Amino acid sequence: MSDSAELYQALIMARSRQPRFAGPLATFDSQGTGDNPMCGDRVQVYLRRADTGVGHVSRGCAIMSASADLMAEAVAGKSAAEIAVLSTAFEAMVTSGAQDPALGDLNALAGVSGYRSRIRCATLPWSALADALADDGEG
Amino acid sequence: MSLALQTDGFDIASIRADFPILAQKIYGKDLVFLDSAASAQKPRAVIEAMTHVMQAQYANVHRGLYFLSERTSDAYEGVRDKVAAFLHAASREEIVFTRNATESINLVAHSFGRALLRPGDAIVVSEMEHHANLVPWQMLRDAHGVELRVAKITDAGEIDWDSLAACFADGRVKLLAVTHMSNVLGSYTPASRLAAFAHQHGARILLDGSQAVVHRRVDVQAIDADFYVFSGHKLYGPTGIGVLYAKRDILEAMPPFMGGGDMIGSVSFARSTWAKPPHRFEAGTPAIIETIGLGAAIDYIEAIGFPAISAHEQILTDHALKILSEIDGLRLLGAAQDRGGVVSFTLDQAHAHDIATLLDRQGIAVRAGMHCAEPLMGRLGVTSTARASFGVYTTLGEIDALAVGLRRVQQMFS
Repeated sequence: MSDSAELYQALIMARSRQPRFAGPLATFDSQGTGDNPMCGDRVQVYLRRADTGVGHVSRGCAIMSASADLMAEAVAGKSAAEIAVLSTAFEAMVTSGAQDPALGDLNALAGVSGYRSRIRCATLPWSALADALADDGEG
Repeated sequence: MSLALQTDGFDIASIRADFPILAQKIYGKDLVFLDSAASAQKPRAVIEAMTHVMQAQYANVHRGLYFLSERTSDAYEGVRDKVAAFLHAASREEIVFTRNATESINLVAHSFGRALLRPGDAIVVSEMEHHANLVPWQMLRDAHGVELRVAKITDAGEIDWDSLAACFADGRVKLLAVTHMSNVLGSYTPASRLAAFAHQHGARILLDGSQAVVHRRVDVQAIDADFYVFSGHKLYGPTGIGVLYAKRDILEAMPPFMGGGDMIGSVSFARSTWAKPPHRFEAGTPAIIETIGLGAAIDYIEAIGFPAISAHEQILTDHALKILSEIDGLRLLGAAQDRGGVVSFTLDQAHAHDIATLLDRQGIAVRAGMHCAEPLMGRLGVTSTARASFGVYTTLGEIDALAVGLRRVQQMFS
């Protein structure tokens, strides 16, 4: 299982077990949901726009929940445009496996690239965040 | 890996040698294939039968008045006889070839459902149906105004007869559509008792035999099934070929499902008439090569024999239930009295996806997720499970390897 260690590295195991950004925010402006109907994974993302605070409620595998937590940390305080850049870079990184200095701790998920069926687990929270950003809060 | 497993008439080493794919290494490890319930591996006999058709005797069926077409038609129609004997159908005309069990159920929903059920009639399914035996009935309900009712299962994963009786109480149920063996829990349902119950209440019964037909002898006449469906690819045959069995009088009353060549009596620009069953339901060029492959798969299974297959799989299932239940934090789903070689479980420490990925890197293939049974997941109070399922080529050693692999997963997640 030594090669699996690259996927399930310490930061991922730690953040899936003890997430720092889990739970709905006390106050939020919008929310988004990511569903993977193939496996039943679901992540709900809560967004507070003033400071781009993000909370997540993740029901799924270690990769998905760790990804949600690292995402919440990475996007804090960033603008929608900055998040879009980050999201694109993240998707490129988990697909190619090539780490990107701009992604910081998110690079812990680079190992996902070797597990094609798991890439969606890593990107699901980002889909939910995009959903939340697109939500104008009226609906 | 220990191949030491010998039951009457069952030579596991020789059976494994019949499946070329099993010799593969996955990530440098022996392949331990425990996902036969999703789709089974193919014996050389099936592979060669299909190759042979293409190399030596291929032409379209039912059309050409020449040697190759006649020989191919004979081979194709010969499989109909084989399937009829395999299910112990009363006649070959009761066997309709489809793409898979899903298409068979959709055929029944469209044709029988729209023509022979009336708005206000009710259909009953169970809580442990595959989406294939739920969604087509929801679509029929929405298009045609029938009611869809769901009979509960017990916590053990068996039909809840009180709930079933309640579903039938108002006399409006005209079809009971239920699995013969759950693809998640491995529970067999008492098919003949269910059929008798449905018939007493004036309803027809459709059995989804996708799982059951692989593991046990199915006798549609003894069950008194009105409809019985299965897929070739779970029965060690190819993809793209499935079967719908239906009683002759029902098929004769059913209109076509799809229109096209091969399903007609005569055609003019004004109107067409329909061929008799089963060809009425087989529009267009069928899956000729795949059908012949299914015939080879049935020959292969019959040569081993269901008594030996069932005994082998019972040993595997008993062993799996025993050693998996010894793993702390592992929850086995379902506890039916009558269950076969499909075992679903969860681990406290790790999500099913993580289990499957980590096992995969040890060469062990299991399924993880909702198994096309999302409502059942809700009923069981889980969002996904890992599932190991067994076939004729599965060994006790492979089940031991699964248990070892699961303990490694636990160590990693502890």
